Amino acid sequence: MAATTTTPSTARETSLTTSASTPAWARWANHHRKWLFAAPAMVFVAVLIVFPVAWTVYLSLTDAEGSVRAESEFIGFANYLEVLGDTERFWPAVLRTVVFTGGVLLVEVVLGMAIALLLWRPFKGEKWVRVAILLPLVATPVAVGMMWRLIFDPNIGLANRFLAWFGLGPWPWLAGEKTALPTTMFIDIWQWTPMIVLILLAGLTSLSDEPQEAALIDGANAWQRFRHVTLPLLMPTVVVAVLLRGIDALKTFDILYATKGKGGGSFHEVETLNVYAYGLSFDYNEYGVSSAVLIIFFLIIIGSMWAVTTRRKDAA
Amino acid sequence: MAAAVGLSACGGGDAEGSGSKTVRVTLANHVWTENIKKALPEFEKESGLKVEITQLGEDQLSDQYNVKLNAGSSDLDVMMYRPLQEGKLFAKNKYLADLTEKVQANKEWDWSDFKQGPVQATTYEDKVVGVPLITEQEVLYYRKDLLEKSGFTNPPKTLDELKSMAAKIKADNPGVAGFVARTGKSPAVTQFSSFLYSFGGDFVDESGKAAVNSPEAKQAYAFYGGLIKDLGPANVSTDMGWPEAMAIFTQGKAAFYTEANSLYKNATDPAKSKVSDTVGFAAFPEGPAGSKPYDIPSWALGVNESSENQENAWKFIEWATSKAQTLENEKAGVPGGRTSVSSDPAATATYPKDLVEANAAMSKNGVGHDRPLVVKVAEAREIVGQPIVDAITGKDAAASADAANEAFQKFLDDENK
Repeated sequence: MAATTTTPSTARETSLTTSASTPAWARWANHHRKWLFAAPAMVFVAVLIVFPVAWTVYLSLTDAEGSVRAESEFIGFANYLEVLGDTERFWPAVLRTVVFTGGVLLVEVVLGMAIALLLWRPFKGEKWVRVAILLPLVATPVAVGMMWRLIFDPNIGLANRFLAWFGLGPWPWLAGEKTALPTTMFIDIWQWTPMIVLILLAGLTSLSDEPQEAALIDGANAWQRFRHVTLPLLMPTVVVAVLLRGIDALKTFDILYATKGKGGGSFHEVETLNVYAYGLSFDYNEYGVSSAVLIIFFLIIIGSMWAVTTRRKDAA
Repeated sequence: MAAAVGLSACGGGDAEGSGSKTVRVTLANHVWTENIKKALPEFEKESGLKVEITQLGEDQLSDQYNVKLNAGSSDLDVMMYRPLQEGKLFAKNKYLADLTEKVQANKEWDWSDFKQGPVQATTYEDKVVGVPLITEQEVLYYRKDLLEKSGFTNPPKTLDELKSMAAKIKADNPGVAGFVARTGKSPAVTQFSSFLYSFGGDFVDESGKAAVNSPEAKQAYAFYGGLIKDLGPANVSTDMGWPEAMAIFTQGKAAFYTEANSLYKNATDPAKSKVSDTVGFAAFPEGPAGSKPYDIPSWALGVNESSENQENAWKFIEWATSKAQTLENEKAGVPGGRTSVSSDPAATATYPKDLVEANAAMSKNGVGHDRPLVVKVAEAREIVGQPIVDAITGKDAAASADAANEAFQKFLDDENK
């Protein structure tokens, strides 16, 4: 080994720089090693992400229906025009997606922040509280949906029995045309607030104590310290949490499908873009239109990610 | 190309072209499936084949077929499918292998023994693409004790009687609904169909035009919706499929329930039902046009066209639908498609007596479909189901039927283009 005859630092240099004696392929490999090492991952991404997206784009430009193996015609942007002009299913689904995502995100971040602040300082029984808070997070969303569906059953469910103890009348919960979406949002909040708590708590514990102490000496009260010291310092973590949960909430499917079934219920009361696209492909076998919806949905997700990340740069 | 060969070799397990000893069978969660699984070792021993069963709920089954058949996957050999729901779609897309020669080859197995209606439903453009497995009719489930308590000695004969009896029982028993049935837009369509026919309507008229806003259909929508709205469970949802509606009935919270007879064990099994000892069955009540419940083949077995193991797949189907197996299944409560078996007294010996009578009455004037007979059934069901949920929620059922008819006609025009 060359390394035995040279010092470690020069050994490294020799192995990385090319000399005339090494074969051509090795020199090429050495020059392009950053690509070579990344190649497996790049192939993986190409096969699992780029190809399906490209295929979906292609399908969205055809009139594929019934079977993707059947012959289909290239029809340009007709599917997109059809979808964007559809005020019966598409636009209400967009609205529901926005309401659902915005609503759960706002409540989850505020609630998550409050809980994280409470858990920030050590207290007795802290471990148990943390375990209890994390429990919803580890459950499978479909199972969670089924469980809440039973609880919210208007006739034999626990929720209405609980209301009856307090002398309150039955509430339609998931059954009502107007109450179904807020109820599914509640389920989402129940399940995912712990994740926000987890992320924010990690952020809080990594903050240094000095700014807090300085603010305390300056006579700032608890709110002022939170507003002007903790929150700005925590902002990068908040953005990460919002980004992760936001993308996830946009794509919510399992809770909605498990509680309200196909089409988001008989009046499409919880039909978001995801549920709509699923119905188009799996119930209606309209692969062309469904692909167009998915591409538009994809652009919405990319767009909102971009909006959140640029805001972050502006803030920084 | 090399990759494709490699993949199909992996998919085939120990497969070597068409001679695989393993038959991959995809089945729905159904009483039939439970029965056949018990008998399976017998078949494996006899034939020397190995059977791999994948068992899924109805929705998951559909999704699975959609994905795998669309991809031309060969790792499905035998498929349990719904002739009325996805039969046309699968046959049109050439997903189902042509079984015409196979069903006629074995005289002992006897294709002519199968009932005409079911056979029609599994035949596409003169080709046999499936073997009927399970047939069902809509019957009236009721609570003997509640009827007695309110002074009734017999179950209702007509729909009007059903309504007045349900109203009396509801009034006599606070907290108990007079009537329950499916309420979900799509799930309710099949059970609503018997009401529609008994009022004299149908989804499509004789000339093939949409007919869900005929005066008969409007009456049927208003009747079914009104029954649930006025006499149904207190806080009724519009999401109920059979599991939810059945739960309300078996929890003792409803007096009458119209549902497929193939589900009767859920009501009579003490482990599943609180009312197992007081449940009764009756023929579907008569409407203005008589008692016209659906009488349909709900499930069939087909062979995947892309399967490389079609010969052995057929061997499994031949065994599973043989006279002996059909008899075993009927004994266990699953009515099949064979004439010889359903007229065999041994087949129905274990059934509740009133259910046997109800079934017999039904096969006389049953209608062979319980949903629009189209290719894209899921979409059609949502269209014709809308007036049901509108009637349940107290909206104008007639206006909704007019809107549904327009949408349904457009749908039919699109499909027949």
